[in-house]
Amino acid sequence: MTAPEIYSLVLVLLTALAAGLVGSFALMKRMSLAGDVVSHIALPGLGLALLFNMNPLVGAAVALFCGTILIWRLQESATMTTDVAIGVIFTAALAIGIVLTPSEDLIEALFGGFQSLTPPWFAIGLLAVSVIVAFIWRFRHQLILSLFSPELAAATGVKVSRLNLYFLLVFSLTVLLGLRFLGAMLVGALIIIPAAIGRQLTHTLSAFLMASSAASVLSVLLGFTISRFYPHFTIANVRLNLTLGPAIIAMATILFLLSLLRKKI
Amino acid sequence: MSLLTVKNLSVRIEDKLIVDDVSFDLSERERLSILGPNGAGKTVLLKALLNLIPSTGKIGWSPEARIGYVPQKIDAEIHLPLTFNDLFQAKCSTLRVSIHDARNVAESVGLTKDILATPVGHLSGGQFQRGLIGFALIGEPNVLLLDEPTASVDEPGEEHIYELIHRLQEERNLASIMVSHDLSFVFRYATTVLCLNRQRVCFGSPRDALSHDVLEKLYGESVGFYAHDHHVSVSQPVQS
Repeated sequence: MTAPEIYSLVLVLLTALAAGLVGSFALMKRMSLAGDVVSHIALPGLGLALLFNMNPLVGAAVALFCGTILIWRLQESATMTTDVAIGVIFTAALAIGIVLTPSEDLIEALFGGFQSLTPPWFAIGLLAVSVIVAFIWRFRHQLILSLFSPELAAATGVKVSRLNLYFLLVFSLTVLLGLRFLGAMLVGALIIIPAAIGRQLTHTLSAFLMASSAASVLSVLLGFTISRFYPHFTIANVRLNLTLGPAIIAMATILFLLSLLRKKI
Repeated sequence: MSLLTVKNLSVRIEDKLIVDDVSFDLSERERLSILGPNGAGKTVLLKALLNLIPSTGKIGWSPEARIGYVPQKIDAEIHLPLTFNDLFQAKCSTLRVSIHDARNVAESVGLTKDILATPVGHLSGGQFQRGLIGFALIGEPNVLLLDEPTASVDEPGEEHIYELIHRLQEERNLASIMVSHDLSFVFRYATTVLCLNRQRVCFGSPRDALSHDVLEKLYGESVGFYAHDHHVSVSQPVQS
């Protein structure tokens, strides 16, 4: 492996670790589908950036930021139409994104891939992972109180609305990190499937967080190995196309199915 | 000394007036019970006092007031992998108080190590309620706000919870504002009662304030309540 490929592998593993942690809290906050909503919102930005020959991740970041603020405002308004609004926005974003994205880039935008990283992008990625892990560590107690009862958290002095915004921003940052490897369609799965595995295997908070992160890192390791060494696996004359993103999510899904067989620790 | 002064407090939710022009005071160690039928605005009043919902009028907490809150019910996901250990630790960390505070509290509300380490969804109603009361006591509050603290507890457990609250009030010199449906509890333990039916219907010591007329006005005629000269008995708790 070349150095830029190693940077890329290290970053995708660290992203998996962050996704496990963020996904655990997202699952407890009953935001399981938020990963899909958020990642779909990234697509129009990604498409526009590609159209104008800009870095697609910059376009995705801008779209994600705007989408995050929008979702936060919708959550805060807590009206009956919030679900509907989110549903409309994310499918519309997907459609607009697909229309905008040049067709030669579409598959990668939707399903990701393995690209080598230059040192500056690796450094930015490392910084983003540090921000995510530091946020979860610093605010874990406030997050725990607010997911147990927002009202009790507020009465204890937690600024719940601001905390929700911070969490959504960190959530979107995790999506952004995973976007280049997994694409807009699959990145949500890296956040939620490992957390579902962790929840299946554990019943204490610390064990849950560790198990989710471990499941996420293991899925990425297995997915990476398979897509690199057996990208065109053949079973019963059916040739499987195991690119990185689908391979990771396929491995995560197999781990999830296995976790259904295990007792909680 | 007055811990809380409430003047002309009104709360509107989506254009509906839920609490209308309510005023009262709370002194140190005073035990105020709020009585009223369903939809009278009791919970809303408590939430307004905690600044959880917007209101108009004046809510003046003294600078010395440290508030502990026991909510009516928690809509916590039953499968959350959280224990009262986690929650106590989270509150200690948020308030920046020592974790020893949580250990003392756990002992005084009768939470064993096993109960503290059990996921909240697996606890009985009584254990869960003790946990919530313990949670409220972290940070050494001098006033407790309790919203029907026995709502999720079966009948024999109810008595234990009331006894526990009463004992804690005595030991820790706590003032309290409690929403309760149980008239016998109000007569036994409350020093003051506020009857609420959107507006203030009565205010004063239970014996003076809770006349037959007031109760009838609050609940209608079906209340099984008998007051004798020096003895008050209640045939059944008022269900509202």
